[in-house]
This record gives sequence, structure tokens and C-alpha cells, in this order.
Amino acid sequence: MGDTVQQAIAGRPRIEREVCLRCTDVTVSFFSGRQSVTAVQNVSLDVARGEFLALLGPSGCGKSTLLRLVAGLVQPTAGVMEVLGTSPVIAQKRRDIGFVFQDAALLPWRTALENVALPLEVSQEDPGRARAKCEEMLEFMGLGARKHAYPHELSGGMRQRVSIARALVSNPKILLMDEPFAALDEITRDRLNEELRRIWRQTGVTILFVTHGIYEAAYLGQRVLMLAANPGRIKEIVPVNLAEDRTLSIRESVEFIALATRLRQLMEVGT
Amino acid sequence: MNASQPGEDVFPATQAVALQRHLARRRRENMWNWTLPVIGFAGLLFFWWAVVAGFHVRPFIAPSPLLVVTSLIHNRILLFNNLVPTAVEAIGGFLIGVFAGILVAAVFVHCKPLQKIFFPVAVVLNSIPVVAKAPILVLMLGSGLAPKVTIAAFVCFFPTLVNMMEGLSSVDPQVMELMRIISASRMQIFFKLRLYNALPHLFSSMRIAASMSVIGAVVGEWIGATRGIGALILQATYAYDTGLLYAAIIMSTLLAGGLFLAIAYYEKITIVWPSERSH
Repeated sequence: MGDTVQQAIAGRPRIEREVCLRCTDVTVSFFSGRQSVTAVQNVSLDVARGEFLALLGPSGCGKSTLLRLVAGLVQPTAGVMEVLGTSPVIAQKRRDIGFVFQDAALLPWRTALENVALPLEVSQEDPGRARAKCEEMLEFMGLGARKHAYPHELSGGMRQRVSIARALVSNPKILLMDEPFAALDEITRDRLNEELRRIWRQTGVTILFVTHGIYEAAYLGQRVLMLAANPGRIKEIVPVNLAEDRTLSIRESVEFIALATRLRQLMEVGT
Repeated sequence: MNASQPGEDVFPATQAVALQRHLARRRRENMWNWTLPVIGFAGLLFFWWAVVAGFHVRPFIAPSPLLVVTSLIHNRILLFNNLVPTAVEAIGGFLIGVFAGILVAAVFVHCKPLQKIFFPVAVVLNSIPVVAKAPILVLMLGSGLAPKVTIAAFVCFFPTLVNMMEGLSSVDPQVMELMRIISASRMQIFFKLRLYNALPHLFSSMRIAASMSVIGAVVGEWIGATRGIGALILQATYAYDTGLLYAAIIMSTLLAGGLFLAIAYYEKITIVWPSERSH
């Protein structure tokens, strides 16, 4: 495991990087009636601080459950979850975790600005400072001009930008993204993929990004965590050795195509 | 190729012409939206007049529209003086009933055991017809304002309770997860999420409650009152004064309709976001 982390950070300055997230033999089962379904089985995983990890797999492979474990929304049935040196629930209470859902999950009665302000309102931050922060965040996401628009007045891509701004506004150390661009059209998705890498490089936040898109995973991640379904388990961790300052055009390069081909083959094996 | 309508070219000459046509079509549609309901009411009035005049219906069985209008004008002070207590009872009952419904729904959503104990009781109490509940309350509360307000509150309470329970609990599960991730307290989840989520539901129940409250007040007055539209309806019936009877009915309809419109207006300026509940 340590080797893979070393490989993954090969393109970045070589400093010893602390572990941000550690799963040890984690299993999650859900009970419905007399049956139990194992969503995640014996997952062990280390994620370094500041890493961009893409989680790729077919539906039913426990990708979302894995994110919810990190967020403290789901408790492991067996095994240990460690987030930033503590339990997920405590990390959540310290507001170290941001979450972006598949549909933006904005409150329709709040403007973009008010939606971004929600986490700060809940943590009872000084309203003046909170407002300045939210405006800055929306500006950062390229939505400064639409800050007073309601969600229904925004396009799907813009709504997702608001949702990302809301997740980042409390300066979380980990950003969890559950297929955030799956419902968007391809052009918007490409644009947001590029932007997400910019955000990651500028903020240094650790990102766990769930997707079922091979190209998205290969373009975004420093490592791609391949998952198998029924029960959800780790199939392989594939390091991505592409330039850190890559742009979308890298998808036409030979290395990228080779990587995508490898991921596709891995996906097809044993499913 | 689309067939062109008479007087319309296949291609509009300019943007301006196209805009003009669009606006003209909008005006036409708007006009129809207004005129069609008016035609409906005019038709009803004509039908009423035609039946009364054509079959020589005697005035003590059913009045002609003209007689009702005469009665409305002639008895305007009497009608107004009787409308006031009914309006007070209906609006007072409405406010109390809706407020109680919101409060009880909030408690039920946060305390499932209480909901399991008392919701069936509320269902049973609600299934007692208003006309059967009214005498019981009049016996308990006397013949003043109190029993009528209570009856009106009762009939407003239940639809509010059911809709509010639905609205407070039918929260988007992803937003609920978000609230947990940002460590929102139950209080914050209630005031920032559940309450807003319930607003469209609340308004649709208040639209029902608005007309129900007038029914409650009138029924309450039937059991024992000397003033109010309900009392007036009884007096007019016993006196075979059909003109006054119909005039009184029109007054109660106007009251219920006015309350309904007030709620609808308030809803329109409050619910600025699209919701599956809004019409």
C-alpha cells in the first residue's frame, strides 16, 4: 500500500505525507427483514492527505456506502474507520468533511448565496464574515453574477457549482463527491472536471470522487480505486501516472488511452 | 412544410412582426381566460332565472335572481351585521385550528411514540361529523362565541395536521444527509429545512381550511345563536323569506371565497420556489 502512495505522489514535491483516511478491514451490512446485504466487505485502504482518489466501479459495488462511511453517516458493521486521526463522527463534528451529492441537493427556497451560507449558519459563524466568505466562494466557482438566483433559475451545471461552493465554504479537509457530474451533459461535465482539478490544486483538499465513468476517473484521480460488486470490495488500485498540470486534451494522448483501456479491462474481469 | 393559417405568412417578415403576433396571441388567450368563467356564471344565472320564470316557481320555494338581488340591497345592513360575527368565528377558528395543527404536527414528527398514541385518536375524532360534534360543544361551552370558534377550529385542525405531518417529514433524503454532515441540530433541521419544506403543504391545507372554517361557524350557529349568517339562514327558512335566505347563502359564500383568495394570494407571494404542491 505504501508503495502505491509513493507512486501516486511521484509527480509532486517529495514530502512525507500523512495518512488522512484509513480503513482497516471494514465491512458494512444492511439488514432488511431477515436478510442482510453486505454493501462493503473487508475493505482496507489508506488515503494520503491532499490526495485525489477516484472510486470506480459498477453500480452496487458500495462506492456510495464507502463515502458515507467516511462522512460518518454509516457505521461499519466490522472493522475500523479512521478519519484525520479520529472517528468519522468526530471529524464530521469538527466540520472537516464536505459532501457533494449527485443532484445538487440545494434548498429551493434559498438563493445560491443563501445555500452556500447554510453550513456557516448552522455552525453559527458571524453573519458578516460568513457572507463575505460565501461571496468569495461563489466568485471562486465563477458564479459571482448569479448569487441571488434561486436554484430553479440555474442550469444543472451551475447548481452543481453552488453545491461544490457549499461543500468548500467551511474549509473542509476532505471533500467527498458522490457521482456529482453524472446527471450533467458531456460539455458541462468536461468543464467541471477541469475546474475540479483546479480547485483541488489550489486548495490542497483531499478528494474522494465516486464515478462510474472510466474517462472521468482516469482524468481526475491520482489513483483509481477499482471496486467489484456483490459484495462491494476492492479489486485493484491503479496509479495514474499523468502530468499533474494536465488539461482535457490529455485524453487524446497514448498514455491516457492505455490507462483507460486497462481500467476498462479490469472493470470487465469477473463481473 | 407547415400549412399557413389564413392571414399568416409562412415566414414572419421580421422579428418585430413575429413579436407582435406573439403578443396578440397572448392578449387573446388572456381575454379568454377572463371571459370564459364569466360566461359560465352568466349561463348559471340565466338557467336559474329561466327555470323560476318558465315553471312559475313560487317565491317561497325558490326566488328569482332578481328577488335575491333586491333582497341583498334591501337587507344589506342586516346581512352585514350578521356577517361580522360569523367572520370573527370563522377566522378565529381558522387561526386557532391551523396553529394547533402545525404545533401538534411538529410534536408528532419529533416524537414518534406520541404520534402512534394520539394520531388514531385524532382520526376517530375527525370522523365524527361536524353536525354531530357541534351540539356536544355547544352543551359544554354555552351559546356564546366560544363553541362556534371551537367548532371552526376543529374542522381546520385535522387537514392542517395531516398535511403538516406529510410536509415536515417528506424531506429530500440527500438534503437530510447534508444536514447531518454539517452537524445541524434537530432545532436547526426543523427551522431551516422541515418548516420550509412543509410550507407548500401548509398552504394547500389552509386553502381547504378556509372554506371549512365558514362551514364550522355556520353549523355552530345553527345549534344555538341569535346572530350570524347561520342564525339568519334558519330565520329566513322558517319565515319562507327565500330572497333573504339566498342572500345569506351568498354572503357565506363570499366569506369563504374571500378567505380562500386571501390564502391563495399569500401563498403566491410566499412560495417563490417551484414545488410539486403549488398550482
